Amino acid sequence: MNTVTSDLRREERAIFELRELYEQYGYKKYKMSKFEEYDLYLENKSFLPSSQVITFTDLNGKLLALKPDVTLSIAKYIPTCPAEPEKVYYNENVYRTPRGSHEYKEIMQVGLEYLGSIDLYAQCEVLSLALRSLQKLSESCVMVLSDMGFISGLLEYCALPLALEERIVACVEHKNAHEIKRLCAENGVDEELCQSIAALTGLYGELDDTIRRARALVKNDKMASSLDRLTEIASVLSAETDGSLRLDFSVINDLSYYNGLIFQGFIDGVPSAVLSGGRYDKLMERLGKNTSAMGFAVYVDQLERLGFEERRYDVDVLLLYDEGADVSKLTAAVKMLTNNGQRVRVQSALSEKLRFRQLLKLGERGLEILESND
Amino acid sequence: MNPMISVALPKGRLGESVYKIFDEIGYGCPEIMEEGRKLIFENAENRVSYFWAKPSDVAIYVEHGAADIGVAGLDILLEQQPDVFELLDLGLGKCRMAVAGKKDALRDTDRTLRVATKFPNIAKSYYAEQSREIEIIKLNGSIELAPIVKLSDVIVDIVETGKTLKENDLEVLETVCDISARLIVNKAAFRFKTEQIEQMCGKLRERIAKG
Repeated sequence: MNTVTSDLRREERAIFELRELYEQYGYKKYKMSKFEEYDLYLENKSFLPSSQVITFTDLNGKLLALKPDVTLSIAKYIPTCPAEPEKVYYNENVYRTPRGSHEYKEIMQVGLEYLGSIDLYAQCEVLSLALRSLQKLSESCVMVLSDMGFISGLLEYCALPLALEERIVACVEHKNAHEIKRLCAENGVDEELCQSIAALTGLYGELDDTIRRARALVKNDKMASSLDRLTEIASVLSAETDGSLRLDFSVINDLSYYNGLIFQGFIDGVPSAVLSGGRYDKLMERLGKNTSAMGFAVYVDQLERLGFEERRYDVDVLLLYDEGADVSKLTAAVKMLTNNGQRVRVQSALSEKLRFRQLLKLGERGLEILESND
Repeated sequence: MNPMISVALPKGRLGESVYKIFDEIGYGCPEIMEEGRKLIFENAENRVSYFWAKPSDVAIYVEHGAADIGVAGLDILLEQQPDVFELLDLGLGKCRMAVAGKKDALRDTDRTLRVATKFPNIAKSYYAEQSREIEIIKLNGSIELAPIVKLSDVIVDIVETGKTLKENDLEVLETVCDISARLIVNKAAFRFKTEQIEQMCGKLRERIAKG
């Protein structure tokens, strides 16, 4: 029996397996400090999932923060014009307030970032790593993919007032077609435009079919090239996805940071996304970097929602000994049992709470089996 | 076999009329109308289960995945902003969110307006749009009492017929928005039960269009 992996909790195992996966593809682990200058988060507030950050003053009087996010820090530290792509992964604790909670939590996050010039291969690699990460978490998983170019192209064409645009984008995210129609009617938006925007809420499903349906909505080059990009990716990835990769144009991330591909991953039994990522060239631009970037984060802590895998036994062997027992014999016996891959707990008296597979006792004539629970 | 779909219904008149519609379109579960202590009602044949929840809790059950689908008033959705899909306006339980108070309550604009409400977020964003300085007093019931006993200048609350207001010498001063019941869906459940949920929505949409 392999005690290393079988005794780990689901989250711990996931971290090991994801790490192995990313190493296989030549990504390097990026270990970072726990703190970051607060300014970085102040300037990029809307990039963060929640705006609260734990801050403190360091010994020089500078305002620091406990990291609420890792991507911003990685993006900040890479050179302005990297000569070759940086391929990194991380597993770090971040500190933020989850939705609906009023307290800070320490959240274990695993993620992967590709920073450098991005071609079709690079996009497919990151996407397929995201998909394979999900598959490692659960057999029953779905990844939904979208391209921000499509919706931002449509919004450019519509040229709505900013306040209205924000409300409409929020409706698309909630697949709320009735509210889009109401808002458009209220603000005198052209009927045909209104229909096109509302149609976004129903644009989801299998890759090829959804791309085909989306073609009918194309208004400008930006939307067309976004669909071309998705078509290329679909043709590369369709072989390895077995239906778990789908398109959904209601998936939207902040338009001021993300462009191009974005995606979210779900596993059966967890009520919200466990993986989220995309292409964030605009963030790089804001940080003054002359390069593209794409990556994703896996919210490993969400796996707790799947419930605990019930462990039948706390130890394999509970080994009892009398007061007068020969300690060197006892030590030898423990060594022998652990060498066989068993988990052994040694104590002088039986305890009621402990569940064991086998109860042994070191007596005059060596090890005796007192009880077996197999 | 198709997966079961769990539905959270709001306790009360609205929930009961919504259930009748579910029943008519083929998602019936007869035992739900029986008096008893049961909390969850399941019809394995129609692949659906129901439970009653406090109306203001429905969105919480759905967002956390305890129910795949729920029915909640727009008032609750605006107040709580849950991260769920809102697929249909059911057109039931129609009423409006309004500012009400004594006739002249909004006349003096030179001081902080005291607003009593069960919906602090809705009130806050409504007055933020007007850039009006307000003080929110969060109450949990009998909101109409607040202006009468001078706890607040106005209230922000749901108004159906306006009868209670009238009896207390209050009136609607402004309408915030129209309210009706919405069908909400958990985002993850939607990915794993797409076909079943679409089918249910399609039937509901047809039934609602008939009126």
